[in-house]
Amino acid sequence: MTTTDAPEIDDLTLDANAVGGLLMELFGTDMTAAASQCAHCGNRGPVATLLAYVHAPGTVLRCSICTEVVMRIMRTADGRYLVDARGAAFFRV
Amino acid sequence: MAGITWQLATVAQVREETPRVRTFTLALPDWGGHLPGQHVDIRLTAEDGYQAQRSYSIASEPRSDPARAAQIELGVERVRDGEVSPFLHDVLEAGDRIEVRGPIGGYFVWDGTALEPVLLVAGGSGIVPLMAMIRHRSAIGARVPVTLVYSSRTRDDVIYYDELERLAGNSDGLRVIHTLTRAQPPGWAGFDRRIDRHMLETALDGDARSTQAFVCGPTPLVESVAEALVGLGFPPSQVRTERFGPSGG
Repeated sequence: MTTTDAPEIDDLTLDANAVGGLLMELFGTDMTAAASQCAHCGNRGPVATLLAYVHAPGTVLRCSICTEVVMRIMRTADGRYLVDARGAAFFRV
Repeated sequence: MAGITWQLATVAQVREETPRVRTFTLALPDWGGHLPGQHVDIRLTAEDGYQAQRSYSIASEPRSDPARAAQIELGVERVRDGEVSPFLHDVLEAGDRIEVRGPIGGYFVWDGTALEPVLLVAGGSGIVPLMAMIRHRSAIGARVPVTLVYSSRTRDDVIYYDELERLAGNSDGLRVIHTLTRAQPPGWAGFDRRIDRHMLETALDGDARSTQAFVCGPTPLVESVAEALVGLGFPPSQVRTERFGPSGG
């Protein structure tokens, strides 16, 4: 058993291709092909390879290698977005 | 800056592909073209303001013909208990208008200019974005070898079966390998099990190190196929994946 709260990878897991529209809305350009690095394990890869959990309130993107959270995106009541990207070492936009 | 805005598309045609999959042809007022593999977001708004949004892959190839350039076809599987796809299947008809934004995606795309052989692996409605690639290849007369390995539950669930047979029959470098996992018709000559490493090895024509793979389907299929391909020598960066799931409903 792991001691983290990382969910099992099951058929509810999508990847960041599925939130490409949302990311485009936030960043103003396609992000699925953008390089990123996980701040937890250092894995590098295109944003599209991040695992996406879209059933939680908001959207959670996790590293496909260590499954730690790379980015959380919440929509606020006034229609704006709150982006917590502390799990990302960088995005190349 | 390449932004993204919602527009009102008009449903031009609805076509049944299989008992659970329909093609929706949408006419868009503002469409600058797309790349094979891209998708659009569709948004439904209820009277009380509640909104549900899903992504659907574009099945059609990019078109330059002005009459059809602003039309796209979406392949939509009806997901049981889904929020969006049952509405699209049961309510939407030609002439209706619907909110769309896109095209979306720059990773899971293939524009037909690369010379590397391509291995496409689809599970169920995961065929949809790969079909755009296959149609595009045919439309531009590309000869780059493409092999499709396509897993469906039964023969009736195979989307685009006739078109795939016809395109593979052109003997221009497209190979189509079907596997039916749940039931097979009498005399079925294709595979009858889930896609595994041996099946992928059979499908692989050349050197894995110089082949580009695109894998699309339910998450468990994508995970196991990607792992098998890396085991066969594919560099992980040459295995591009897109997961479809019930949350795509």
